[in-house]
Amino acid sequence: MARTRFVPDTGLTVRMTTVMFLLGGLFVGVVVALMYAFPGYAVVIGVIGVGMAFFQWWNSDKAAMRAMRAREVSVAEAPELHGMIERLCTLADMPKPRVAVADTPLPNAFATGRSPSRAVVCVTTGILRTLTAEELEGVIAHELSHVAHRDVLVMTVASSAGIVAGMVTRGAQWGGLGRSRNNSAGAIGFVAVLVTSLVVYAVSFLLLRLLSRYRELCADRSGAYLTQRPAALASALRKISGEMNAVPERDLRAARPLNAFFIAPAVRGLALGTLTSTHPPLEQRLDQLARIAAALGDVR
Amino acid sequence: MGLWDILRGRSKARPADLDALFALPAAALTLEAELGLHATGTGAVCFRAAEGPAAALTQREAADLVSVDVGPTTESRVDEFGYTWLTVRAAPGDTPTLVTDLHAVNSALEAQGFGSGLLCSVVGFEDAAAGGPPKRAYVVYLYKQSVFYPFCPTGPTSRDDLRERQIRDAVREDLVIEPDPSRWMPLWGITA
Repeated sequence: MARTRFVPDTGLTVRMTTVMFLLGGLFVGVVVALMYAFPGYAVVIGVIGVGMAFFQWWNSDKAAMRAMRAREVSVAEAPELHGMIERLCTLADMPKPRVAVADTPLPNAFATGRSPSRAVVCVTTGILRTLTAEELEGVIAHELSHVAHRDVLVMTVASSAGIVAGMVTRGAQWGGLGRSRNNSAGAIGFVAVLVTSLVVYAVSFLLLRLLSRYRELCADRSGAYLTQRPAALASALRKISGEMNAVPERDLRAARPLNAFFIAPAVRGLALGTLTSTHPPLEQRLDQLARIAAALGDVR
Repeated sequence: MGLWDILRGRSKARPADLDALFALPAAALTLEAELGLHATGTGAVCFRAAEGPAAALTQREAADLVSVDVGPTTESRVDEFGYTWLTVRAAPGDTPTLVTDLHAVNSALEAQGFGSGLLCSVVGFEDAAAGGPPKRAYVVYLYKQSVFYPFCPTGPTSRDDLRERQIRDAVREDLVIEPDPSRWMPLWGITA
């Protein structure tokens, strides 16, 4: 029997599954709470919330491309980039995604799209200038892992509890106030729902960020195993993180909504730092890559 | 990839299917008879070597990797995408021996744990009827997809689409051909 160089990481899987389980529980909790509070509207609110999540997911490629002002490039325009992606996709046995380039000095890359066959991998001109071919390949393998793992779908589904809770909070502000004046029992119920939604929203926000960090680590792992060059990805991450702190503040803010899809976050100096960031700290990512490098070396 | 794999954010390394290579000798006879393409007796295996010393795999190291089990001798080079090519040479026209050697190289690489890094195997042909320099044609085998496809480069980044389609039509009975021509990955700078 042939040996394999793929080593499972059970700890990461367990942590991630727990987070997803909690998010699912949160969603069920929100729906049940709504059913008690507004028996008439619960289904409508739930359907609208899920509909919004679905719409976000369905249009994820177009929305992200527009936000980044990215342009799809043909094989003739970027033959090396296409060649690199084509080979990685053949190696991973997945359909080749569309390739786009965004004209911004911010060195970054992201993948989006509702399914592997509709995916787009986008790199910025900044990253093309900053990285060597081998490092870029590591980054693209990381993005392809996001595509293969359907991370856009997973994150959208995971965020639906938060979306519903956010809707209730906002909707209650103008919808529920008039009714509650005549009815003190209604007012108490209304406040209870508002508080519950706010709590759910906050908890879901933190859990989502945690899940996002786990998904990044998974993508790092799979990407490193695909190219079999964890060191190239490590040096790419180090370079990008360094550059990120050197680019002007204005650009960073412009790119903020897309952070969850980036390979390295474009925001610095967050108040709650590690707790709310979409990406794991560089040190943690480098540690994992070092372990993979050791595992790949051992079997030889 | 199943739902469980998606939730865990994990991809399984797809095993390579090597035995389909043995369909090549029959296809070579068909190409000889129908299109006048002669097998050059040269083939190559392209794979992704792991990091470290293997990234800059020297000719000797790569040959050692394969010849552990008295395998065939190979020449190796690393292309511009960082993939390693091991070239195997047999007598011109002797496709059965070539395929056996290619299979041995693949098995050796698989035994070394490179199974997930195998990209493709290539067998070379040339057009004898043409005057001037012989036109090269290749039949490429993709392990992960278990499909073959033709590749006829005419220059550094140009290919002969019509010739490729002729080859596809000729060997359709012998080989499983990738049905979507847009997935016939170009292998520029191929030397097999």
